[in-house]
Amino acid sequence: MIFLIFAFVGREALPVILGKTNSARAQKPIAAADIPQLSADQLAQYIGVNETELKSYDADTVRTLVELKAEELQQNVNPDAGINAASWGMMFRPHQWFGYDKAEYIWQPVSEIPKYNLVPLILGSLKATLVALLVSVPLGVGAAIYVSQLAHPKWREVIKPAIELLSGIPSVVLGFFALIVLATVLQVLCGYHSRLNVFVAGVALGLAVIPIVFTISEDALTSVPRSYAQAALALGASRWQVAWQIVLPAAIPGVFAACVLGFGRAIGETMIVLMASGNATIVSASIFDSCRTMTATIAAELAEVVFGGDHYRILFLIGALLFVVTFIANLVGELVVHRLKARLEGRG
Amino acid sequence: MLLQRKQRDWQSLFFTGATGLATAVIVAMVVIIVGNIAWNGAAQVSLRFIFGGTEEGMFDAHRAGIFPMIFGTVALVLLMTIGVVPVGVITAIYLTEYAREDRAITRVIRGAINNLAGVPSIVFGLFGLGFFVQFVGGGIDKALYDGALHFGKPTILWAAATMAVLTMPVVIVATEEALKAVPKGLREASLALGATKLKTIWRIVLPQALPGVLTGGILAVSRGAGEVAPIMFTGAAYYLAHLPTNLTDQFMELGYHIFVLSTQSPDIERTKPILFGTVLVLVALTFLLNLLAIVVRAKMRARLRLAHG
Repeated sequence: MIFLIFAFVGREALPVILGKTNSARAQKPIAAADIPQLSADQLAQYIGVNETELKSYDADTVRTLVELKAEELQQNVNPDAGINAASWGMMFRPHQWFGYDKAEYIWQPVSEIPKYNLVPLILGSLKATLVALLVSVPLGVGAAIYVSQLAHPKWREVIKPAIELLSGIPSVVLGFFALIVLATVLQVLCGYHSRLNVFVAGVALGLAVIPIVFTISEDALTSVPRSYAQAALALGASRWQVAWQIVLPAAIPGVFAACVLGFGRAIGETMIVLMASGNATIVSASIFDSCRTMTATIAAELAEVVFGGDHYRILFLIGALLFVVTFIANLVGELVVHRLKARLEGRG
Repeated sequence: MLLQRKQRDWQSLFFTGATGLATAVIVAMVVIIVGNIAWNGAAQVSLRFIFGGTEEGMFDAHRAGIFPMIFGTVALVLLMTIGVVPVGVITAIYLTEYAREDRAITRVIRGAINNLAGVPSIVFGLFGLGFFVQFVGGGIDKALYDGALHFGKPTILWAAATMAVLTMPVVIVATEEALKAVPKGLREASLALGATKLKTIWRIVLPQALPGVLTGGILAVSRGAGEVAPIMFTGAAYYLAHLPTNLTDQFMELGYHIFVLSTQSPDIERTKPILFGTVLVLVALTFLLNLLAIVVRAKMRARLRLAHG
């Protein structure tokens, strides 16, 4: 199944990956004298009609249409019209577009000259994910240490289900909460300019990631054999020292795996960032600016693109990129957890 | 010595406090979110709200209802269950009963299933569009309807199929757990009496594992009811005047409705009550389903403990 998914997402993106697409809008004007040398479908495409229509025209009409088209092409010349924005170079390197003062990363898929630079989207995804991890890792790991090592067993039975409840909340609900409630509260507290931004989206995203980080770290911490802790306690260490100096180092790969899996979840999350990040494709280092992530771009734009067009293929390319990134993150996470389990159970 | 001890106590207290605080913050956030939704939503939810339609205005809190979305969600998860449970159970049976753990192919299948659970939901949406809608649907149209558009467009069928792929790991993992919990003695007794392996699985092992399969199904439904990204391009509609009547219709859905209302509303203050109401219904639905799954699983475990004596 997973191979099927990759195959079909990849299939749609293949022409872009191979650099076969050309989004260039410029057409060379064709002189009327060259008409006989062109094939019927080339001619039809040039004038902008289909072949059956073309057949119904007589030679004079075709000649007039060709001349009109040549005039039209000469009138609106944009110096950028000849650029293939769907090539690898244009997708990742800045370019100075006509009318801009300097080379910039721009994602503008539906303008006259489409600009498909993926850098703003990738940056947006990374920024939101970073904020999410900054929120969720300290909280999740802290809570995991507390619950597994320090808390009274009676409390443990209450706290664990409460945190796991968080993973049962649909992401669209978290997105809604971020949009309606959290955004207003955080704006009042921090006093920044735009209401929806990376920070709000990141905090909400953090809420979605906390259960993953918590569950996996807690699992790793609990699977450290009791004898380690008992030995340390017998030597006179405090419960905290045992947790910090004995149990946590033994379980540290598990905590690392929790972060990696949390990263995979955060970068792939769609609804929260779509609703709470503001969706402007700004390239900046500030987390209080609005941003547009890769997932949100797919969700917001796929419904309106031409099937099989360049824009459509590039959205699939973004999907394929996401797939590869999360695949690697999951693989690394799973491997680390597996190794750790094997070692702690004395098999490795 | 005494000083050292004192320092250690302070440290201990400080860090215990810090981790405890982290826990408290998370729990507090859960309480705030759930409380906020319950408090604001309860004001809106009424019988009229749940059973009313959207004919009289989708954004007006006093007249809008959400019945079409509830209907759509239920239809979607039912169709999804029909797809996901048989395939998931068969895969789980293969993995526990037939596959040999030491074979590379088994490890690859297991890895693939684990990874399937981590694929972003939006990628499932792309997959649904590329595979089900365009490839399968388009293929059916070409073969049966001579190119006329019946299946080659977003429909509830393809949305359910996409969702079935998304929830597959949940069902497989839950079923596997249940199958592994069936005592080995039962299998051996059945085989010793001359039953074939297939018969043993069908008549002895599966009935024993039924609660596990059920748990998996319920968890899949709860997951499916909450996901929005995969159905955005494969079947969910912004607004429809009628309920879907056959498999090739589009449909309205609770989660997608929340997204639509909160981002497209012309007057967010007036729409807010509907939003809170819809969110409350969706959250209540998923929580109840999760709770049900937990209860079923607890019962199953208790029974197994008895059986194992």
